[in-house]
Amino acid sequence: MLSLWLNVLASGILLGLVYGLVALGLTIIFGVMRVVNFAHGEMVVFGVYIGYWTVRLWNVPIIVAAVIAAVVMFAFGYLLEALIVKRFVNRPHHYQFIVFIGLSLLFSGTLLVAFGPDPRPTASQLSFQTVSLGLLTLDLARVQAAATAGLLIALLGAYLKFSPFGRSLRAAADNRLGGLIIGLNIPRVYAVTFGIGAACAGVAGALISPLFDAQPYLAVDFTLLAFVTVIVGGLGSFGGALLGGLVIGVAEAIAALMFTPSMKTALPYALLIIILVYRPRGFFGAKEI
Amino acid sequence: MQKKFDRGLERARWLAGITVFAVLGLVGLLANPYVISLMTIVLLFTFLGQSWNLMLGIGGQLSIGHALFVGLGAYSVGVLYVKYGISPWVGLLTGMILAGSVGASIAWLSFRFEVRGIYFALLTIAAAEFARIMFSGWEFVGAMQGLFFPAPTGGIEISMLRGDVRFYYFVALALAALGVIGTEFISRSYLGYVWRAMRDDESAARALGVRTFQHKILVISLSAATAAAGGGVLALVQGSIFPDSIMGMGLSVDVLLGPVVGGLGTTFGPLVGSLAAIPLNHLMSALGDSLRIPGLNNITYGVVLISVVWFLPDGIWPAIVRLCKAIQAPPTAWLWQSRKVEE
Repeated sequence: MLSLWLNVLASGILLGLVYGLVALGLTIIFGVMRVVNFAHGEMVVFGVYIGYWTVRLWNVPIIVAAVIAAVVMFAFGYLLEALIVKRFVNRPHHYQFIVFIGLSLLFSGTLLVAFGPDPRPTASQLSFQTVSLGLLTLDLARVQAAATAGLLIALLGAYLKFSPFGRSLRAAADNRLGGLIIGLNIPRVYAVTFGIGAACAGVAGALISPLFDAQPYLAVDFTLLAFVTVIVGGLGSFGGALLGGLVIGVAEAIAALMFTPSMKTALPYALLIIILVYRPRGFFGAKEI
Repeated sequence: MQKKFDRGLERARWLAGITVFAVLGLVGLLANPYVISLMTIVLLFTFLGQSWNLMLGIGGQLSIGHALFVGLGAYSVGVLYVKYGISPWVGLLTGMILAGSVGASIAWLSFRFEVRGIYFALLTIAAAEFARIMFSGWEFVGAMQGLFFPAPTGGIEISMLRGDVRFYYFVALALAALGVIGTEFISRSYLGYVWRAMRDDESAARALGVRTFQHKILVISLSAATAAAGGGVLALVQGSIFPDSIMGMGLSVDVLLGPVVGGLGTTFGPLVGSLAAIPLNHLMSALGDSLRIPGLNNITYGVVLISVVWFLPDGIWPAIVRLCKAIQAPPTAWLWQSRKVEE
């Protein structure tokens, strides 16, 4: 019994790190641009497909697929921001919502046309390998995904904290006008931010591709999951996204063990409502929204 | 402001409204059943759009989870009618009370610590999704298999709100007309002025002695209750209720599409927007099905949504009005009243 619980907890934490990476993408975009990316789930699904195709075509390790996903999705996010999103950054939220709903329909429609509606199982050898560690027996895919996600989160955190560009990004998040006054190239900062956010989603998608079947309809679930995660953690907060991811991952794992499968999807929302009763802005919510 | 007291303008607005609804009434009498059933949906979403607009356009609170209230209304009517044979009128009332209280509790939960803006919007989605998942797992209300109304017998029964396609068209038309009149009435009433003041500058409104906390809860529960009424009728029109379609995110999007695409804060915006968006969606789904390309409708719909917000920033209706002005057609100019929402 103890080992079962430990295993469930551990796999929840591992998946939670990946959720944290997804949420991080959303929260970085929001923190800097004050834009909520309602097409975030589609970007995760792009990552899942990138993982699916690279592993299937070239039979490379999932880490390589993650790197490819990072590069492709960064370029995608950068271009998307520079071509479309930047026109709507200063518009009210409901207009942005319509634009992003339009984008998400466009993306999911493209995926449907390109790959069809049927799920594609990404079962590689990786999907069935396990590692044993004392009482714990864990999927190798999960461990790899979590380790990569954790590493990336740490690297990204360090980059934002110490690099000159990271500093200008945080400055833009803090005070856009101030950033403009001291000569920050705000359009470039925004485009790169959106690229980083998309890359986070894409990498997370590629990392979980051995665990989820590639399917266009996954996107809505990922979008909502990312929302719940960032609200639990606090919109616009780096640590909050990570903590939120872990909380949601563990909650889902425990709910799947204790209740029926449908409860597994409902629990994060219930948790969200409970957290909002006690901490309305999430664990590390931004002061001004 | 001075325009508000212009008698001629006032009469012209009344005339315009009556003309529009007379034309819509003629459509109901003359058109074929397919057009009528499509237009019924359009009119219902006009009403839902007006209810949503009450929350954002007048109350200043963005909801992207309106499906929650629509679904509560639909399920109240459905459960009471299908399970117990109670008249949908009672169901509508129950749904409105239920949705109103749920809306009030969400508002209370979120505003007591000054959570607003996009945070509140995300909270509405979360609440709607939570409700959708709970309803999909709840056997009593049919779970995923849905809830089915008995097939209509053909006769029109006002007391049970049952009738043929044409009957429901006129029910929807009446609702849409009620929506227009209600919006006008509210925006001219004391509450309308208080709410708009609150929307434009909450701190200033509070400094003048407006209890913004209570007023925000009031406007949200009113919007929720009207959305539930629309949802109840929608369920009757569709004849079945499924949690994914009546409480899903897609419905929330459809609700706000009308007013945003048509023109936010305008009287006819929700009608024009629904009139443009819903038939287009139906057409594209049909086209995608017949060409056997499953994602085609999503792509077209997505591109149209982005283009509307891109090229017609304040919606279709204001653009039509501008066009009419540009080609020197003054009689149409007064149609668009400048009760625009300040951003």
